Amino acid sequence: MDIIAQLFAGLSLGSVLLLAALGLSLTFGQMGVINMAHGEFMMAGAYTAFVIQGVVGDAGVSLLLALPLGFVVGGLLGLLLEATLIHRMYRRPLDTLLVTWGVALVLQQVARDVFGAPNVDVRAPAWLSGAVEIGGLALPRTRLFILALAIVCVVALALALRATPLGRRIRAVVQNRDLAEASGISSRATDRVTFFIGSGLAGIAGVTLTLLGSVGPTLGTNYIVDAFLVVVAGGIGQIKGTVIAAMALGLMQAFFEYSTTASVAKVLVFVAIVAFLQLRPQGLVSVRTRSLA
Amino acid sequence: MRLRSTSRYGATRLSTVSLAALCVVALSACGARVDAGSDTSASAESCVDTSGDTVKIGFLNSLSGTMAISEQTVHDSLELAAQEINADGGVLGKELEIVSEDGQSEPTVFAEKAGKLITSDCVAAVFGGWTSASRKAMLPVFEAQDSLLFYPVQYEGLESSPNIFYTGATTNQQIVPALDYLVEQGTKSLFLVGSDYVFPRTANKIINAYAEAHDIEIVGEEYAPLGHTDFSTIVNKVKSADADAVFNTLNGDSNVAFFKEYKNVGMSADDMPVVSVSIAEEEVGGIGIENVEGQLTAWNYYQTVDSPANTAFVEAFKAEYGEDRPTSDPMEAAYTSLYLWKAMVEKAESFAVEDVTAAADGVTFDAPEGEVVVNGDNHHIAKTALIGKIGADGLIHTEWSSEEPIEPDPYLEGYDWADGLS
Amino acid sequence: MTVLTTLLRPGRTRTLAAFGLAAVLLLLAPLVLSPFRLDLLAKFLCLAMVAVGIGLAWGRGGLLTLGQGVYFGLGAYLMAMHLKLADAGPGGVPDFMLLYGTGQVPGWWEPLRSPVSAILLILVVPAALAALLGWAVFTRRVRGAYFAILSQALAAAFAILLIGQQQTTGGTNGLNGFRAFFGYDLADPVNKQMLYLIAAAVLLLMVAIVRQLTVSRFGELLVAVRDQEDRVRFLGYDPAAVKVVAYVVAAVMAAVGGALFVPIAGIVSPADVGVVPSIGFLIGVAIGGRATLLGPVLGSIAVSWAQTSISEQFPSGWIYFQGALFILVIAFLPGGLASVAGKLRRRAPEGSPA
Repeated sequence: MDIIAQLFAGLSLGSVLLLAALGLSLTFGQMGVINMAHGEFMMAGAYTAFVIQGVVGDAGVSLLLALPLGFVVGGLLGLLLEATLIHRMYRRPLDTLLVTWGVALVLQQVARDVFGAPNVDVRAPAWLSGAVEIGGLALPRTRLFILALAIVCVVALALALRATPLGRRIRAVVQNRDLAEASGISSRATDRVTFFIGSGLAGIAGVTLTLLGSVGPTLGTNYIVDAFLVVVAGGIGQIKGTVIAAMALGLMQAFFEYSTTASVAKVLVFVAIVAFLQLRPQGLVSVRTRSLA
Repeated sequence: MRLRSTSRYGATRLSTVSLAALCVVALSACGARVDAGSDTSASAESCVDTSGDTVKIGFLNSLSGTMAISEQTVHDSLELAAQEINADGGVLGKELEIVSEDGQSEPTVFAEKAGKLITSDCVAAVFGGWTSASRKAMLPVFEAQDSLLFYPVQYEGLESSPNIFYTGATTNQQIVPALDYLVEQGTKSLFLVGSDYVFPRTANKIINAYAEAHDIEIVGEEYAPLGHTDFSTIVNKVKSADADAVFNTLNGDSNVAFFKEYKNVGMSADDMPVVSVSIAEEEVGGIGIENVEGQLTAWNYYQTVDSPANTAFVEAFKAEYGEDRPTSDPMEAAYTSLYLWKAMVEKAESFAVEDVTAAADGVTFDAPEGEVVVNGDNHHIAKTALIGKIGADGLIHTEWSSEEPIEPDPYLEGYDWADGLS
Repeated sequence: MTVLTTLLRPGRTRTLAAFGLAAVLLLLAPLVLSPFRLDLLAKFLCLAMVAVGIGLAWGRGGLLTLGQGVYFGLGAYLMAMHLKLADAGPGGVPDFMLLYGTGQVPGWWEPLRSPVSAILLILVVPAALAALLGWAVFTRRVRGAYFAILSQALAAAFAILLIGQQQTTGGTNGLNGFRAFFGYDLADPVNKQMLYLIAAAVLLLMVAIVRQLTVSRFGELLVAVRDQEDRVRFLGYDPAAVKVVAYVVAAVMAAVGGALFVPIAGIVSPADVGVVPSIGFLIGVAIGGRATLLGPVLGSIAVSWAQTSISEQFPSGWIYFQGALFILVIAFLPGGLASVAGKLRRRAPEGSPA
């Protein structure tokens, strides 16, 4: 029974990591931009949920409203970042890391000055409180919800990339920017849309995190390193790799943590990733692109 | 490249010369060796200037970084106490002049800023610090410079520096009474959850020793890294261990994630109560009242304490900082610390560190938590322990009290079961 | 501006002049600064040592290492462990182990009792770790962003590991409360001054070493690897080996900086080695001019100084300032202040002092 409980814990942690990393796999994987402010976009999503709950009152309605609005808030922040800073730096992907780190610092302090340093509380709706009992196993409803939401996001993103004209444009720009440009695709516009979607996904991740933990200025920093590891281990350019890597990391953390301690588990997961990259330096799944050196 | 080869040698030659010069200076400038039998203590002369109408004191709290959440509140109540004292004529007729520094949530910065306050600003005393790491970092600085620190937070004990006054609880004023209370309630088994740092580790060492002597079974002991936010595994372990109660020494954000998870798997204070020693009034709002209602806390002060001194303190604080701001134990301890220093200085009729410490024993203050008395031997203060229950109003209400102040015993020397601990 | 121009431009007499000027300034500092400010400057010099290494690895070699805190921390902790053991006396046990540990000195601490082996280990352990990690990563052609993220995760893991081993590493408290540095009393201001001079000499030595490396064949190869790794490979060189050397040199410099930081600051804790301080090391390098010789040093000292003085005035202002520095310098001034100097020079009329 413990093994099944841990299996669920691992998948659940994996789904959280997946939500955090999905947007990154777009902006980093597809565009080569290392956005350290991704975590702060998550924070913005979480505060969006807080603000909406303050306005709407009802926890259930506000959660359902916060998901799309969190997407928009995260996306707009991303758009702003892309338009002001990132677009001038596509030739210097490593430098985007440091610039966005600066943006992250500023956003954190803005949150501190606007909402105050203490954490704020976002109430979970009644229909998400408690657990579903299956054969003596208590599966928290919030975690089931997040798992489902992660699946929805992945499917939606995959469909959007595969089946829409927009998705075709994104893939074309990723695979060969010059050729895409020559075929009449505006790579500027495509970049913006990609960044909007990727950052928006961070906003959604932030909203769901309010169900699990604290909402405070440093919410994003707790996830950013793990999220990048997921993308690196998953390999760039394909959602499939990100999904598998997120679940693998979640399961490893859960099982290592169960048999050792949380601290040791984190270190072990890191060692496992370095070892894995020895075997597959380009990550789990990789597509040959011209976007990254 | 070939053209530059001459300059290469030039650079080498010059660097050799300047390095040699520096080495000569360095070697000729050696000072005292410790093994020369020289007196290692207090080479520093105090530069505190009390000749004017004012006297400088330092506030050293983290106003930025992860600890700003908690330390800003302490800073606010210190400011309040200073304002009140100044409005009331100051200390020995001198107005307090505050020098405020930011510890940036980093021990190294605390050490640096403590040095600055003492040697550059020449303050008569410093008030602040929160984490054990920040206190441990400042301790050698205060001892080397022979200056005074007032530390306002409950901590893990096992310390008593002649240069620090501890106005928060030590373990026998918080953890031990909490355990006494649990035994009284018939608790037979405990699960320990804590963040991975010195306070929880030491607290749990004490709890283990206590449990052994009082026939309590410790069914689990788990540590989460600071800032850890996924508690599904730990809560799974807690749930399947099915103890009578959980003793929680988690810190900061982790509490939020822990209690949300705890509630999500369907557990509540009725099934397995959680006794927390790091959750005060201002954290309850961030965790969400619905997630912690009915859970227990152990402190020496709550906003709901019924006394004239507390009514005045709470009113003054809210008037200064807003109706929605609660008061909490560390804030009260910080507020008290400034008044205790004032009382010590006035008893000593001097700002000098040696006079103040000599006068410290037996100094009392009618604090919001009740009357507190300074113990001159170990520099802690006698405090009443209060077990509280978190109410639906977000405040904590006293469930149980030790009735009278408990004498501080940082090394737990008065407890037989604690023999092997330090 | 002309002084800055002179200092930052690489070249023959200029390098000489800049080096000499730096040495003189460093020598004069004890005469004009109060003991507290001198101590601060000494600390900044230690952080600048990390910056010198980053300038080589990142500026010259393009290796964006976000984990220099690990090597800084290794050097610092090894030194701190030695000082703790030395304070405890022969066969003694450091105070914090009596309080929080088992009261026994663990076996892996023992080699640090002797001053000689402690100094050797401070150099060898970080070098070995960097060589191992660098070899593993670079031969598999993990590069660019991947390397940056891995090095960052390394810093995160290192800090967690230190915090988790409280009985033997001091946990979040770190190690502090040192009384003596190789027998010299740390409370004595004269010894503090001596430490400052040692730090200054070591820093100058490092700058000289980097200067020699950059004008050597290795330096040219390193830049070539940064700009066109594949071509270097086609020419028959092994880019991985070049990168490993640069990475190891940077690691050792960070470790030495850490080792000297400990007696000067009087403390090292996990907060000094994690993800945030590791990235913090980079900003000074970027501001000064990552690919220049003295830029990283001057930038790093300037940023440390700004941090101390700004946070004295406005606590939350420093965060905004630091964030703004990252954004403005990296996005709009990738060459750092050195490039401003260069641009100004080009605009200046002929015959202006160079």
